[in-house]
Amino acid sequence: MRRILNYFLMRVLLTIPMLFVLLTLVFVVLRVMPGDPVSAMLGGHAPEYVIQQKKAELGLNKPIFEQYIDYLGQLAHGDLGNSMIFVERVSHPISQRLPATIELTLFGLLVTLGIGIPLGVRASRKRRTAQDFGIRFYANIVYCIPVFWMGLILQMVFGVFLPLFPIAGRVGARIISSDFDRTGFYVLDTLMKGNFTALGDVLMHLVLPAFTLGITLSGVFVRLTRANMLDVLKSDYVLASRARGVPERKVVYKHALKNALIPIVTMMGLQFSALLAGAILTETTFSWPGMGRLLLERIYLRDYPTVQGVIIVYALFVSLVSLIVDIVYAIIDPRVQL
Amino acid sequence: MPDSANEPILDIRDLSIIYPISIGTVHAVQDVTLSLYKGEVLGIVGESGCGKSTLGLSILKLMKPPGRISSGSILYKGTDILGMDDRALLDMRGRNIAMIFQNPLTSLDPLMSVERHFIEAIQVHEPHTGVAECIERAKKILSDLGIEGNRLKEYPYQLSGGMRQRIMIGLALILHPDILLADEPTTALDVIVEAGFTELLIRLHELYSLTVVLISHNLGLVAQMADRIAVMYGGRLVELATVNQIFEKPLHPYTQGLMNCVPNILLEQKELNAMPGSPPDLVGEPKSCPFAPRCPKAMDICRSRVPPLKDYGGRQTACWLYEGGV
Amino acid sequence: MNATSSGPEIRAAKYSPAGIAAGLIRRFSAAAKRYRIEWWILVAGAVVIAAIVSMTLFPHLFTHFRPEDMNAGPQMKPPSAAHLMGTDNLGRDVWSRIVYGARTILGVAIAASLASALIGIPLGLVSGFSGGLGDKALSLVMDSIYSFPGLILAIAFAAMLGPGVINITVAVAVVYVPTYFRLVRGQTLSIKQELYVEAAHAIGARRPTVLAKYIFPNVIATVVVVFSLNIADAIMTEAALSYIGLGLPAGMPDWGMDLSMGKKFLPSGVWWMITYPGLMIMLLALGFTMLGEGLSEILNPRLQEY
Repeated sequence: MRRILNYFLMRVLLTIPMLFVLLTLVFVVLRVMPGDPVSAMLGGHAPEYVIQQKKAELGLNKPIFEQYIDYLGQLAHGDLGNSMIFVERVSHPISQRLPATIELTLFGLLVTLGIGIPLGVRASRKRRTAQDFGIRFYANIVYCIPVFWMGLILQMVFGVFLPLFPIAGRVGARIISSDFDRTGFYVLDTLMKGNFTALGDVLMHLVLPAFTLGITLSGVFVRLTRANMLDVLKSDYVLASRARGVPERKVVYKHALKNALIPIVTMMGLQFSALLAGAILTETTFSWPGMGRLLLERIYLRDYPTVQGVIIVYALFVSLVSLIVDIVYAIIDPRVQL
Repeated sequence: MPDSANEPILDIRDLSIIYPISIGTVHAVQDVTLSLYKGEVLGIVGESGCGKSTLGLSILKLMKPPGRISSGSILYKGTDILGMDDRALLDMRGRNIAMIFQNPLTSLDPLMSVERHFIEAIQVHEPHTGVAECIERAKKILSDLGIEGNRLKEYPYQLSGGMRQRIMIGLALILHPDILLADEPTTALDVIVEAGFTELLIRLHELYSLTVVLISHNLGLVAQMADRIAVMYGGRLVELATVNQIFEKPLHPYTQGLMNCVPNILLEQKELNAMPGSPPDLVGEPKSCPFAPRCPKAMDICRSRVPPLKDYGGRQTACWLYEGGV
Repeated sequence: MNATSSGPEIRAAKYSPAGIAAGLIRRFSAAAKRYRIEWWILVAGAVVIAAIVSMTLFPHLFTHFRPEDMNAGPQMKPPSAAHLMGTDNLGRDVWSRIVYGARTILGVAIAASLASALIGIPLGLVSGFSGGLGDKALSLVMDSIYSFPGLILAIAFAAMLGPGVINITVAVAVVYVPTYFRLVRGQTLSIKQELYVEAAHAIGARRPTVLAKYIFPNVIATVVVVFSLNIADAIMTEAALSYIGLGLPAGMPDWGMDLSMGKKFLPSGVWWMITYPGLMIMLLALGFTMLGEGLSEILNPRLQEY
């Protein structure tokens, strides 16, 4: 147990530089770049002294390096600042929208894995047959389908022409979310309240967005799984298992797939980033009240503190996921030196 | 020593194995007829690509696709293995006939502890055996192999190559099979470990009354253990005789060449003997003796017709030189 | 590892332009005979790209409507003989918007990829070759950017830079610099260990020479493949940015923007405004992907799988 803890601490220490780089990058992009947010916010014709006054208010007239220190200091206290447009703390809308994005991303991940891995296994077992080529073809095509187009097509087919699923929002008009909203994760909340009608409604709303995300990213997992499985199925321990009379199904799923999935776990961090990116586009298409839409709304409103806050949260999230992936990998692979 | 008056425990008849690939059909094994008798150690020797490994794998129908058996039969105690359904085949593997392979470093599942390997090996055939009993049996066989029981909990990466190979044997023998097929078991081991391993195999052969098929390219290694030796070349069986017969009077020119290649430590030898040329390309139907291009005694008939395997008083060879008798 | 890596004297001989050309021609004709599937994939990709490129260069061959003409036809009409892809809500011919929209998306994607490559490749070469603290620091920065969702980065840049073709190109380019950096640095590091590089040093070759004559030619095959695949990615990123509404001035026809416009009318059953722009984005990205995959097989053939 202590060794896992040590490993955990070590990975945390290693994640910090990366997080630091990202936070600095955010600062550079949002403050150092050309484009004056204040004059844009006040409209192009505000008199100079008003602009300067506003800048002083926001601390934007200090030398850049001082601003950077202030920025880091604030972050160290967990302070994301105040919105420039609304009277609210930046953390407020973020805390409301973040669970929506996480819920969508998690279900998208489920769909992606649920489609990608079985298809990859199938393709590896039926190598060089029509099934294999068909599956690989699917993987290649699906990767090139823009997420938002996939969303629109799914909306068109399953929402407009065959009205099976809702095409916008997290809950239907007749369900009052404040009834069960506690954590923000509606699937969890409705379960906790025992409100199964609401649960059904929430899940229905999740279907199209989750599949939009999940299908477009499944191609990567199909190829990864197939490639790793092919490698592993050639290995000596698979042959040795067969020689001992282990039935083929067990050989494939118990020995081969487990080993094949390990390199895939290490890729999960990157795939999660891809999911987050896709989620932004999915949220726009399905009017999903998540972080992605918040980001875009506030960009349009020129509310830069909130925009900065959203991106910082994304950076934190990505770092956290990468840390979790590292630890999971250490736990499942006995060869990793703890 | 083998009891040849008995029925053979494994009877391979006219076995041919092909690999249909994009450039043609590779005839990996051609018309091999071979009998294995209970209690004996049969060595199969030959160079890389001669078909010995393919032959070994085919006994348990473990060839890699697209390899398949095109003709012949393999009879185990009278039943044709090639006609068995999947259930019977899976049952036979590990329980009646077991196989160990060349590379110990990659022959164990890296994600499973040694213990789990044994539990699986036993429960696949005896599903109702409890975990505790499996571990007991594993410990017992490991002690026969010279490995302490507390290593059961370890993972393959923590063990040396020699140890992993012994665990392989343990897994193979845990259900007390009749026949052990050993495909190049020491090729990946260094010489000292190899010597220890060979001793171990000999001891196990006696202890468990095993019938062993030892496949190797190393004639010297095989000679230490085998009662009879089968020599393969170009996918065909070219000579089959007892160890003494092979070493005193090898009949087939290839066997003679092999014997020649081993340097004699007692003689003053200035150069190593080698056989010129390279192994044949096995694509396409064979039309001549596979060794003809390299054979110092090749005749015209060798280049135009495939010599059949003939019996000469108990020993066999496939060579046109002995048309009229030995 | 590149399958063509070989000793110093062979590398130098192959490096002449005529030698490279001859080698490539030989490779391609051999591939045409043997790798039938991969060869056709490459051809298919090239055909698709050629078709779309000709749309950008000779739009008048494809349509006589102007994309901004709001009197091209009646509003919101489904596909018909007169308008192959129908008309949009402002009466503009959808097909003409597709044809003229090809320029923006292709132009931005190719320009952005080129820019990323021109920055990332030299950085990767030098960093990987020199090693040391600078390399470690640069790698940390590049890895951090690489692991961050690229689209968010592009959005941030596009938002700060404002609308405009050049700004969007910069925004997209930034996302892919780490891709080239990591690729080239990785290859450089492994080639650096190769014996023939050590040999070159031993005979007194200076570092720039070693870089140019030994490392670069081996890296370039993989880079070409990644370049093609990268363009496909850049296409998707550019389309995403204009779909969100960041980047291009409203006047220019753009597939992503058309998609976001058409979205509003979908619930009323207007399917043709979204189907075709999306389809084109997919086709264009697919074309470059197939080109890249086909090239990859031919330049770096994997072991024959039976």
